[in-house]
Formats: sequence, structure tokens, C-alpha cells
Amino acid sequence: MTNPTIFVPKPDREAPAQAKGFLHWLKHHVFNGWFNSALALSLIAIIVLTVPQVIQWAFIKATWVGDSANCKTSPDGACWSFIAAKFRVLMVGVYPAAESWRGIVGALVLAILIITTITNHLKGKVLIVAWLLLPVFGYWIIGGGFGLNEVDQSSWGGLMLSVLLALVGIIVSIPLGIVLALGRFSGSPITKSLCIGFIETVRGVPLITILFMSSVMMPLFLPPGFIIDNMLRIQTGMIFFSAAYVAEVVRGGLQALPKGQFEAASSLGINYPKTLYLIVLPQALRHVLPPLIGRCISMFKNTSLVIIVGLLDFLGMIKSASLDSEWLGFETEAYVFGAVVYFSICYSLSRYGAHLEKSDPVLQK
Amino acid sequence: MTENTLNSEVKNSDTIDNDATNNKEITIEFKNVNKWYGDFHALKDINLKVHKGERIVICGPSGSGKSTLIRCINHLEEIQEGRIYIDQQELAGSEKQIDNVCREVGMVFQQFNLFPHMTILENLCLAPVWANKLPQIEAEKIALKHLHRVGIGDQADKYPGQLSGGQQQRVAIARALCMSPKILLFDEPTSALDPEMIKEVLDVMVELAESGITMICVTHEMGFAQSVADRVIFMDVGEIIEEKAPYEFFNNPEMDRTQKFLEQILSN
Repeated sequence: MTNPTIFVPKPDREAPAQAKGFLHWLKHHVFNGWFNSALALSLIAIIVLTVPQVIQWAFIKATWVGDSANCKTSPDGACWSFIAAKFRVLMVGVYPAAESWRGIVGALVLAILIITTITNHLKGKVLIVAWLLLPVFGYWIIGGGFGLNEVDQSSWGGLMLSVLLALVGIIVSIPLGIVLALGRFSGSPITKSLCIGFIETVRGVPLITILFMSSVMMPLFLPPGFIIDNMLRIQTGMIFFSAAYVAEVVRGGLQALPKGQFEAASSLGINYPKTLYLIVLPQALRHVLPPLIGRCISMFKNTSLVIIVGLLDFLGMIKSASLDSEWLGFETEAYVFGAVVYFSICYSLSRYGAHLEKSDPVLQK
Repeated sequence: MTENTLNSEVKNSDTIDNDATNNKEITIEFKNVNKWYGDFHALKDINLKVHKGERIVICGPSGSGKSTLIRCINHLEEIQEGRIYIDQQELAGSEKQIDNVCREVGMVFQQFNLFPHMTILENLCLAPVWANKLPQIEAEKIALKHLHRVGIGDQADKYPGQLSGGQQQRVAIARALCMSPKILLFDEPTSALDPEMIKEVLDVMVELAESGITMICVTHEMGFAQSVADRVIFMDVGEIIEEKAPYEFFNNPEMDRTQKFLEQILSN
């Protein structure tokens, strides 16, 4: 070989100066072409026409304190004192006032659990066990028993009831859904057809029907003397409904796993159940995190349907509060408040899901 | 380094090795093995004996059944006819019996198949801890030993996705070694790698070959076959067409099919 010429890499150069600044961005991203320009202009027009009015109504001309008479003096503004007056009812419904502290304790425990989860102070098995215990704790602190006064389920209501229904529904239906998905994915033919039968039946029926059936029809099939509370029956219906959807979401994740993962596990002598637990589920659940969060969000929103079977959840309380003869005419405020509460909870969930996706070193790759 | 000098160097050691292996015990034995995928006859009357410590390279065109053959050895594929023995135990019976036999066999895949949700160290410790019930600390000690052996002891806490292909494949080799197998199977271990990374994996495999473990490699790396293998097996259409010591195989192939294959792959 002849003596090689030594290769000297060229020094890195700075990238060419791009036109920078807000105006440049506007020109290239917002007003590029007549269609986008027209779109942008009409959006701006809509915003200019509506937002100031909303701000006027919600803040500037709004009444924040006093009774309904105060509100009536300023008919162009919102009457937030109505929300303040009805706040307790909206939060806990007709739950006995003397026991209201239990709703607060429940909310505090939930808040602590959420904060420790978000800040990564709870991890691994402790995290899972803590969340799995939450439904038991929730039913105990609100329903009583074991040292606490029992509170009849017919008086549970408001946001407390919505959150309880949704939380218990989600927490119980996710493990149940995973079991169903695994059954469908790798069970024996009999387990498989049982799981498919359950999933497809439940998915083929609207939630309202399921709620009606659990509330009205289930007692007809139970032996006499065997009574399950209406509330519990509805909770069960919601869990089944959610589990069927979770199962399908999880199945998607299971099927997306490359076969090589199973082969690698098998060649290392890891048996099938352990392969599922150690290798398959952790990966599958990671990949279906976005649709799972979606399931949680829709579960929370779905709780508003229980008004149809006689439970007074948050939305039910909003409706009944707006019918109060003392405060007639403030429906808008009530529903706006409801929308804001629903939105903040759902949007937080969705942001947390996005944060989980971003912070996971495995999903980043 | 020219090919001729390499071949003549290998020639002597080949004959010695072959004499030696004749006396050694048989580790793997295929007796009239047949396998079908549906109607497709994938393995036809395979008879094969592999001695303890032998290094075998299997080559052949794609679809020839070479991967299927080695995948039968750790029961990733089921056979429909014939028998396979590993260390005199038949690869048959209950799932538990099969698992026990397969425990002697480690495998390295073309696509590495590392577990992407675990760090390198967790990948290596998983099977020792969960399948062999080894205490975590001990498993980690063994894992680090093997990681250093394949030259990536400093990457233990990274995730597979953060490593290069060559590094991932070396991790996969270390992972297989952690179960201290008597037999190591390689299913085209360098085929998914960038050209510049092939050597680092082959180096590890050469080092392993010298350690005396029984190795069966499906590979197109003919240089590796020439310098390391005790025997080269050529397969096509589900049959073993020719098996010979490497020098003989590359210089005096008997069958026209083998000659044609060698012309194809050695022409460039």
C-alpha cells in the first residue's frame, strides 16, 4: 500500500443565519398563502368579537359576593356568589353537614397521593398498592363503617360522587381490562372466547343501557333478600364498561410487541407467565399510555350519565342548584362552572399523560 | 493478510480438532428430524451430531432452513418427526422437561431482542434472578463480569436504545452467557449490523470460541467460518447438503450446489 494521505475533517461551521424574529415567523407560518391568511384573519375577528364580551361578563361586571338580589342589580355580569352559596352542595351533594369533613379528608388523601405520584416520591410496587387501596379507602371514608358513622349512599353526591365513581371505576377496571386482554391474547380457546364474548357484548351496548340494566334490571335477577345498593350496582356497571374498552386498548399494545421479545425470554428460560409479567406487560402498557389516559378522561366524563339512574353527581347537583327558586336564572353560571371544573380535571389528566410519555427514557429512544 | 496464508494456517488445526472431536461426547444429536410449516417442508431428514466444544458454522441461501434448524435446538420451533437430544436428554415431554433441557442452550438473535424497557444490567440479571432464583447481588456480579468480558462494562446503566447495534449485540451475547449455557446458538448475529460494527461482535465470538463452549452459528461471515469453525455445514431447501472442515469446505466442495453458493458469496 502507498502511504495514505491523512484525512483532516473540515471544522464545523455555524448554520447559515436564518431570518429570525416574530414577523418572519408570522409571514412564514400564519400568512403564507391566501387561504391561511383568510383563516387567520377570520379567527382573529372571532376572538376580537367574543373574548372581550366574555371577559366583561365573567370578570368585570360579575358579582362575587352577596345574595341573588345583589346579582340582579347587575344583569349583564355573571353571578359567582351563586356558586359560592351552592358550593357545598355542588361538592358533596346532600351529604350530612356534620360529616362533611370526611369528604375533605378524602380529597386531601387523594391530593397527597396525586402529588407524591407526580413528584415521583412513590414508585414501583408501593405506588401501585397505594392506588389500588384508594377505592377501599374512598368507600370507607365516605360510606362509613369500621368506626365511622354510616352514611346512606343515597345522600352521596356532587363532585365527590363523580370523582369517587370515576376513580374507583378506573382503578378497578384497568387491572380487570388487563386480565381480559391477556385472556383474549393468550388464553386457552375457552378463556379466549369468554373474554371476547364479554368484551364484545359490553362494547356493543351504550353506557346508558348498561347503567339502566345495572340499576333497574339487575335486582330482578338477584335472589330475594340479596340486595346490592343502587350506587354499587351502577359502579359495577361502569367498571365493566370501562374494562371492556381498557382490554381492547391493552390488546393493541400486546399485539404490537415483536415476536423476538417472547423468543428471547423463552431462550433465557423464563416461563410464559413470567414473560407476560416482566417483559410483555411493562412494554405493552407503556405503548398504550396515551389511549389509556384517554380512557380515564372519558370515564370521568361518563360519570355525568349517572344522573339518569337517579344519582346526583356533580352535573346533577349543578342542574338541581340552578332550579333553586331563590336563585332562578343563573343556570349559565352553574354550567360554566361545571365546564371549568370538568375541563381542569380532564386537561390536567391529559397533561400528566403527556408528561409521562416525555419523561420515560424507554419511550424517548 | 491474504486468504491463502489464513487457510493454510487453519488447515493443520482443523485436522487435529477433528481427531479430537471424534473421542468427545456428543452434545447435540438430530435423528431424522423433519419439520413442516403448514404444507411447506422446512427441514428434511436432518441427521446431525455435534460434539462437546465443537464450533459449527451453518451457511446456505436464505430460506434454506438453517435458522429453523438451530431454533429447533432450544425449542423455539417444534418438530413434527424425529428426535433431538441435548446432552443425552431428549427434547420432548412436558413443558417443564423441555425448559430444563433448553436451560443448557443460550441464543443470540439477528435482531438482538434485548428488552428495551430495562437497563443493560437489568437485561442481564433478569433470567438469573427470575428463572434461576439467584440473589440479585450475585446476579449483578455475574452480569458485570460478562459485560466486561464483551467490553461494555461501562454501559450497564444505559437502556438498549442508547447503544449502537454492535454494542447491543454484545450485550445480547453477555445476556446469554449469564445463564452459563453449555451450548450457544447464533442466528445471523452480524446480519443486522453496520459494516463497521461487525468486527467488534465477531471478536467477542472468536474469544468465546476459544473458551471451549459449544457454538453453532448461522452466519455469512466466511472469514469467521474459516478461522474459527471446526466444521462448516451447508444447507439448502431444508437439507444438509455438505458438511466439512472449513479448509476442505472452501477449497474442495464436493457438491455442485455448494460450489455455486461459494462462487456467489466469495466472488466479490
